[in-house]
Amino acid sequence: MAAVKDFKVKWGMIIDVDKCTGCGSCMIACQTENNIAPMSEDDASNKVRALSWMLVYELNNEKTYPEYEHAYLARPCMQCGVPACVPVCPVVATEKNEEGGIVSQIPPRCIGCRYCMAACPYHSRYFNWHDPIFPVGMDKTLSPNAALRPRGVVEKCSFCHTRYLKAKDRARQEGIDPMNFPQEYYQTACTQNCPSGAIVFGDLNNPEHSVYEMKKSPNAFRLLEKLGLDPQVYYYTEREWVRKLGDNYLKDEK
Amino acid sequence: MEENKKEKTCKCKLFATCKCCKYLPFFIGFLVTLGFGWLIFPNLMLTDKEQPVWFSHKVHVEEQGEPCETCHYFNEDGSFSGIPNTESCATCHEGSSYVADRVESESGEEGYVMPVETKRALDAETEYMEKYVETGKEVPWLVYQYQPDNVFFSHKAHESITCNTCHIVDGATNDNPVLQENKLTGYSKNTMKMAECESCHAEKGQSNACYVCHK
Ligand code: HEC
Ligand code: HEC
Ligand code: HEC
Ligand code: HEC
Ligand code: HEC
Repeated sequence: MAAVKDFKVKWGMIIDVDKCTGCGSCMIACQTENNIAPMSEDDASNKVRALSWMLVYELNNEKTYPEYEHAYLARPCMQCGVPACVPVCPVVATEKNEEGGIVSQIPPRCIGCRYCMAACPYHSRYFNWHDPIFPVGMDKTLSPNAALRPRGVVEKCSFCHTRYLKAKDRARQEGIDPMNFPQEYYQTACTQNCPSGAIVFGDLNNPEHSVYEMKKSPNAFRLLEKLGLDPQVYYYTEREWVRKLGDNYLKDEK
Repeated sequence: MEENKKEKTCKCKLFATCKCCKYLPFFIGFLVTLGFGWLIFPNLMLTDKEQPVWFSHKVHVEEQGEPCETCHYFNEDGSFSGIPNTESCATCHEGSSYVADRVESESGEEGYVMPVETKRALDAETEYMEKYVETGKEVPWLVYQYQPDNVFFSHKAHESITCNTCHIVDGATNDNPVLQENKLTGYSKNTMKMAECESCHAEKGQSNACYVCHK
């Protein structure tokens, strides 16, 4: 397995599963920020073909009332420390080598073989089955932060990476070190648009950012931690059954 | 039939006198193809486009002493202002016709012959005033350097590098060059290629991770 690269800056997220109401604002915010087309020429409810870099799953504890409980789990790209998708790419269209630790995806280099999709245990990667077609009028509201991807390539969440590049410019303008700027300079679209404040975003290595302390809580966990992919996305919950589900324990496992 | 064949072999004999000469037609054809591919074809792919009005950097920068920052500056968030809009040019040009005024005061002198350059400036100014300042429309400037939209470029990060390292226009430019647009891609010939960006980054010890420049 590839060696873990050390980064001075490591962008990460903590998603509070207990605060999440499952409203889907993060998904909408993501689609507008990253120009994901509404797929009007196909059935947009087709979960196999629809693109959603951020996807909210519904979980429940499989018990009946009154013990029944449910939770919502928002899933962006985990930006793994040891990504499973990177070594399988035959054309180096995806890499983890930029300061900040965001796994890059370069659609014009991608040949659409979809090995990375098979490798990713989080289903964070999506294949463009169609060219992006926007309804008339909506094409004028596209965001300059993400280039459109054509049919035939794979794409995924980039932690709204262009916002990071812009934040570095702002830091330079204000004379602040672009490797160490305040948390609010760079926030992802999903973080900003979560009405219940369930998502916290920041530099996992920077003691001044809130994620630094939050990730140390005993209630914080990561998805499929036992695979050893070292994701940069953490979850938080006080409910044990959610934490257990997060690592996909078998029912009889201890 | 027989006869034809004979004729052909006859002609070939001409070349067959020296051994390498029989490869000559192939060699010439090869050169012609290469010449076409390297010298002629790339130019067939380009169309020339002229700037909508004659704007002279020399007139504004060298003669009027305007610093670049009057028109190209950084916004508060570190983004680059780019090309000034009509409103900001109008702070000078609205209501005052510099060239026309100059011509008027000078033409009073006896035996005045308008220099070619002044005539050109007068025409440009009149055209600019009529078409843009008075209507408030934006000038559809052509940019020689526009990148594809999956490229992120930051002027702030390159502040320490002189503009004409990457641009063909600078403060001394009087005549804007024509923009050579690729018919197939729609990009300007002068757009910096990825290899050029990368080689300077490598030279200066800058990161060449894909996500530094791509979005
Ligand atoms: C600081 C004031 C100032 C600003 C700002 C300014 N100009 Fe001018 N401009 C002048 C002066 C003065 C002249 C006349 C020079 C001369 O006498 O030949 C001139 C001349 C011109 C001319 C005629 C000569 C030529 O260069 O072709 C044009 C066209 C023109 N300006 C366009 C523009 C545009 C477009 C902008 C905005 C990008 C602009 N100007 C901004 C002061 C200004
Ligand atoms: C009066 C306003 C004004 C000033 C002052 C000015 N510029 Fe410009 N600049 C423009 C306009 C208008 C354009 C777009 C038209 C063109 O390309 O000439 C432009 C375009 C450019 C471009 C883009 C060329 C491209 O790739 O398309 C560069 C580079 C540039 N200017 C450099 C400079 C430098 C360097 C200075 C200072 C020495 C300067 N400018 C001062 C108005 C100005
Ligand atoms: C390292 C190379 C580089 C340097 C140095 C550089 N530029 Fe640029 N410039 C570019 C590139 C690349 C673009 C195209 C950006 C894009 O497509 O978004 C550009 C675009 C521009 C534009 C059009 C921008 C727009 O947003 O409309 C202007 C004007 C300009 N540059 C002026 C300048 C001036 C003035 C300087 C010097 C202070 C300068 N540039 C220095 C590479 C450079
Ligand atoms: C002449 C040299 C040179 C050229 C050409 C050049 N760069 Fe750079 N670039 C630099 C240097 C030096 C830095 C570092 C600036 C700093 O960190 O203060 C840099 C930094 C950057 C950054 C910011 C990196 C960060 O960590 O925030 C981006 C983005 C970038 N370059 C993109 C480009 C693109 C795109 C091109 C080609 C169109 C290009 N550069 C061409 C020298 C160059
Ligand atoms: C220093 C900046 C920079 C870096 C680093 C960089 N690129 Fe590029 N890339 C560009 C620019 C500028 C263009 C557009 C101009 C061109 O087509 O050459 C481009 C274009 C491309 C294209 C379009 C194909 C083409 O040649 O027209 C692909 C594919 C691409 N880059 C892939 C990558 C990959 C993969 C990486 C990481 C290994 C990467 N780039 C790193 C600046 C960069």
